[in-house]
Amino acid sequence: MKKVKKTRAVVAAPVAPPQRAAAPAPTRASGVWPGSIPLESFYTAGLGGQIFFQALKERGELVGTRCKGCKQVYVPARVFCERCFVELNEQVKVKAEGTLASFTFSFYDRDGARLGEPLVLGLVKLEGATTVLLHRLLKVGDPARVRIGARVKAVIKPKAERVGSILDIEGFVLAQAG
Amino acid sequence: MAGQPKSVRGTPLEAKDLHGGKTFTTSYVPRIYYAWDTGEAIGRYLEELKQGRLIARFCHRCQRTMIPPRMFCERCFRANDDWVYVQDTGRVNTFSLCYVSWDVQRLEEPEIPAVIEIDGATPGTGIMHKLGNVNPKDVRVGMRVRAVWKPAAERTGSITDIAYFEPMEEGGKGGAAKARPAKRSRG
Amino acid sequence: MGMRRVAVVGAGMTKFMRRALETPKELAWQASKAALDSCELYLEDMDGVVLGTAPDAFDGLHMKGEYLSDGCGGWKKPYLRCYVGGGTGVYAIAQAWFHVASGLFDTALVVCEEKMSSCLPHPQAAFLTIFDNITEQPLKPNLLWIFALEQNRYMSRHGITNEEIARVAVKNKRNALDHPSAQLGAKLTVKEVLASEIMAWPVHRLMVSPTSDGAAAVVLAAEDVARGLTDKPIWIQGVGWCLDTAYWTNRDLYYPEYVEKAAWMAYRMAGVREPRKEINIAEPYDPFAYKELHHLEGLQLAPKGKAPQLLADGVFDRDGDLPACPSGGLLGVGNPIAAAGTMKICELFWQLRGEAGKRQVPGKPKRGVAQAWGDLMQVGTVVVMGTE
Repeated sequence: MKKVKKTRAVVAAPVAPPQRAAAPAPTRASGVWPGSIPLESFYTAGLGGQIFFQALKERGELVGTRCKGCKQVYVPARVFCERCFVELNEQVKVKAEGTLASFTFSFYDRDGARLGEPLVLGLVKLEGATTVLLHRLLKVGDPARVRIGARVKAVIKPKAERVGSILDIEGFVLAQAG
Repeated sequence: MAGQPKSVRGTPLEAKDLHGGKTFTTSYVPRIYYAWDTGEAIGRYLEELKQGRLIARFCHRCQRTMIPPRMFCERCFRANDDWVYVQDTGRVNTFSLCYVSWDVQRLEEPEIPAVIEIDGATPGTGIMHKLGNVNPKDVRVGMRVRAVWKPAAERTGSITDIAYFEPMEEGGKGGAAKARPAKRSRG
Repeated sequence: MGMRRVAVVGAGMTKFMRRALETPKELAWQASKAALDSCELYLEDMDGVVLGTAPDAFDGLHMKGEYLSDGCGGWKKPYLRCYVGGGTGVYAIAQAWFHVASGLFDTALVVCEEKMSSCLPHPQAAFLTIFDNITEQPLKPNLLWIFALEQNRYMSRHGITNEEIARVAVKNKRNALDHPSAQLGAKLTVKEVLASEIMAWPVHRLMVSPTSDGAAAVVLAAEDVARGLTDKPIWIQGVGWCLDTAYWTNRDLYYPEYVEKAAWMAYRMAGVREPRKEINIAEPYDPFAYKELHHLEGLQLAPKGKAPQLLADGVFDRDGDLPACPSGGLLGVGNPIAAAGTMKICELFWQLRGEAGKRQVPGKPKRGVAQAWGDLMQVGTVVVMGTE
């Protein structure tokens, strides 16, 4: 290994020494300074998002795009495939129902406050899609019925209430007794 | 395939495209709050500001008197040596007349930010502050200025305990607003 | 030095826009795809990916590097995010360069992206955080202050006038009229620039580059790979970067020492001894008009304080002795923070291959220098590129 050459410390030519201040008084040496960063973030849905939210808003449909080469159907729709990087032009309408790939019961909100009723979240594999979608599970009666593999159906808001948001989907409910 | 691409992608939007429901958008206001430790050096700096004084640190090796103070010298990378009071007067190193506020609002009267080289610190060592009580047309690089302090009861331990720096004649003395303790040389 | 030679073999970019419909991820993909298409390569041909992008606060996306990764081709690849203020756009090329020069990777895709329009009320507000949180922010500063303070110092030390500085805006915005991605190409006169509203004296509105959305990308390849891909590889002859202290009020802002140091690091690597003679084309960073002059001096392409005179003499025009910002620069093309520097790299790539179309500088340039800058008036990042 190459030996590191030590450099000699260079001391600058002295200047007239400044008058020294008193030693610090015996109070705490550091304080706390509060601050914040005032920002609002504003997001466009993008090219893929426009396709997905347009279909959801206008027709109450869930639309993805297909990459033939990679055998993927991405929901929400995307304009490029992350795996092979081609542009995706083929739109695919997927069913508004599927199975639970995973789920969780959250007992705390985002600020760490305890929730009265747990928030139930699911990763839904819609029929026809190769991706999973995060959303809420609604009207969960018996928690034991929430299982990986359970069939779920989307609850889509009536057209008059839809604005082109992921919340145009109210959530998912467990399909009939299973 | 030689040559730059014949067409470039990108879909420009006008501000008006964001209304009317055709472009889908969401927004989010993050709640980001901090409680920063001021540290040894700035902690002392703020305490001294509350007392109506400016304090600096001295490095023996570099022979530099540094303001804002810091506990180590960033040039020779060793812990530095002494606390040193400096004066609340100085010279304008550079300035601007700004007609736009931090949140992009137009201002009638300009704010006058400046870098002020502080007397007693190594030449070229300054702090940022604002100039006041001066006609913007009269501000010059090299101008002598002095701090105008808020009354003691209004000082909180912040750089804003100095309300602004105002012009001062050559050879003038600082500390106009309030009487300050004389420089001590204990310890 | 025992390192392999590395060439740029492809380049691509999006439009630079005030406000894009595309998500940041889509912008990154558009630029990356364009770069790959330009050299007929596919994502699977890339051994690694380097991404440059500015703080998450602008796009409003935490862990922005991870978010952007699929748009950059980072899926299941070695992936690196770097950031050094506005210097990022050139710095990312240096980062990718040593990926390949070291022998660890044969190819690398470099992508830089920014979507500043996401930041409300105005991206400028996010810049508040560059000032010291305790000793400076209580004064409610804004980004314009720091540029105006630096411009005033530069003018004051050398006796330079605002008319001389305004010429940079005239030149660059006119050059940008020939750039397909340009946001602010325009035919202006010095008088019009100085008639534009004073933002923070001495800075006038037409001397300030815009906030922008956009992305740019280049493909790097090791020598043997590059020669198989193109008969005009553009070699990265030297890289340099240097950072000065964040105590910006403790240094004299009239001259960017850190740009000089970064430049010599790159020039030494490239074997350049007399930059003014050996560099044929320059893309210095121009977020504000005076900055181009400031940086040309730091890059050793003009003596201290003399860049304005050389500009007035036409030396830096597209058909001058040493064209500077033939692309149109940030002032004309746009300033999506990280992508802006990469736009300059793309420009040198096209110029040195003779493919810059209407922007082509005459005389078959052989060697160029791209430079970016950023942070608290702090960082210089430099890349020297050439045909040999």
